[in-house]
Amino acid sequence: MDWLIAFWGWLPLPIQILLKIAAILIPLLLLVAYYTYAERKLIGYMQVRVGPNRVGPKGWLQPIADAVKLLFKEIILPTGANKLLFLIAPLISIGPALVAWAVFPFDAGVVLADINAGLLYILALTSMGVYGVVIAGWASNSKYAFLGAMRSAAQIVAYEIAMGFALVGVLVAAGTLNLGEIVMRQEGSFLHWYWLPLLPLFLVYWISGVAETNRAPFDVAEGESEIVAGFHVEYSGMAFAVFFLAEYANMILISALTVLMFFGGWLSPFQGIPLLGDYTAWVPGFAWLLLKTFFFMFLFLWFRATFPRYRYDQIMRLGWKVFIPITIVWIVVVALMKVGHMPWWFD
Amino acid sequence: MKNAITYFRSLFLFELLKGLSLTGRYLFARKVTLNYPEEKAPQSPRFRGLHALRRYPNGEERCIACKLCEAVCPALAITIEAEPRQDGSRRTTRYDIDLFKCIYCGFCEESCPVDSIVETRVHEYHFEERGENIMTKDQLLAIGDKHEAQLAADRAAQAPYR
Repeated sequence: MDWLIAFWGWLPLPIQILLKIAAILIPLLLLVAYYTYAERKLIGYMQVRVGPNRVGPKGWLQPIADAVKLLFKEIILPTGANKLLFLIAPLISIGPALVAWAVFPFDAGVVLADINAGLLYILALTSMGVYGVVIAGWASNSKYAFLGAMRSAAQIVAYEIAMGFALVGVLVAAGTLNLGEIVMRQEGSFLHWYWLPLLPLFLVYWISGVAETNRAPFDVAEGESEIVAGFHVEYSGMAFAVFFLAEYANMILISALTVLMFFGGWLSPFQGIPLLGDYTAWVPGFAWLLLKTFFFMFLFLWFRATFPRYRYDQIMRLGWKVFIPITIVWIVVVALMKVGHMPWWFD
Repeated sequence: MKNAITYFRSLFLFELLKGLSLTGRYLFARKVTLNYPEEKAPQSPRFRGLHALRRYPNGEERCIACKLCEAVCPALAITIEAEPRQDGSRRTTRYDIDLFKCIYCGFCEESCPVDSIVETRVHEYHFEERGENIMTKDQLLAIGDKHEAQLAADRAAQAPYR
């Protein structure tokens, strides 16, 4: 152990940072790959099918087969497409989804960049993702892609506001922008977490998160029954795969952020509870974080298997006329709770 | 009052939760998938698959070139040419079925007075070259010879209903 620490200290700083980035991104991309497999399997199960089960034992190699297939396929550049933007769009899409993990605390103090404006950084980056979609739609020189991009842009504008306001509630409650500290303010059992005092904000944040990642039931940006595949109609091969990766990486990010803001991040749900708390004290914080994140990732798939797509005007109505008023009202309520030092959460 | 109830039901996503509980239950339901190449669905004796020409037990081909099947075929998939044979009986010299035209309606089988042209239970076949879709008389007879036991059993099972 000692020589390992010594070796680590001997490494030059850029190498250390690169290794840390790899330690975050490689498991993340593996998780993304198997998330797609889990999605197909789970939706299959909910539709009384068995899902992919041919490649490898029980279909476990399916994501690898998919990746290899897409790697070897040609990237077709449509005539009249803006080549530079067409190829940059998928990168703009996946970049923020990966970069956002830099400020994500995996355990107490385990974070790549412990910056004080972590929440702002996350907000800024998650809203960057839509530029990938819009640029892809515009650069494709295709009416369906363009329609998908327009829909996506309008939807993100509507839900970004609700999402931002929901996070303002968290901000008011925690009194800090540092993600690690937001988690520490929720210390205690699962009843101390922010989901309870901030319940409406949690729901708004989560539903906006689903909308923000363009997932069912808010997937009008790629509504296959209306506009073929939306913004990525013209994409093939690896360029398409990168969009796909970005979508799933974003889903994981939103799930993990929800856990961080409202479900106490790496904290154990039984902390401070007699007996149960003592028995589960040995579980590492990272395991709790993973468990909670998996639950929300599961919800994404569950929604996809259950809900039909929202009509476009209903999406807009929900965003502007339901979520934004709810969040504004509840921010005031949270502020009052905070000022009044409401016992249990804010004392 | 009624409006208020509807309002709160929609605000608290009541129906969405009902939908989620339904799919949640189906997650654990017994799966109905057949793992196709390993498991196959049972077939009816009336199954209409690849065609075959049958023979009598003594080895003589049944077809008497009456051309009823050619006439009834709605897709014009059957082509027959016939001549008297050495022993004076009328036989086909050519019996082609174009499987690209065939719609597997089974009319040829229904129209055949001597149960010669039949459709077997074979439905897993493919073509690799252009022209392989035309089944010749020899090929059809060979298929008949191969599946004669099954064909006879299926005809016997059908006999009470005809």
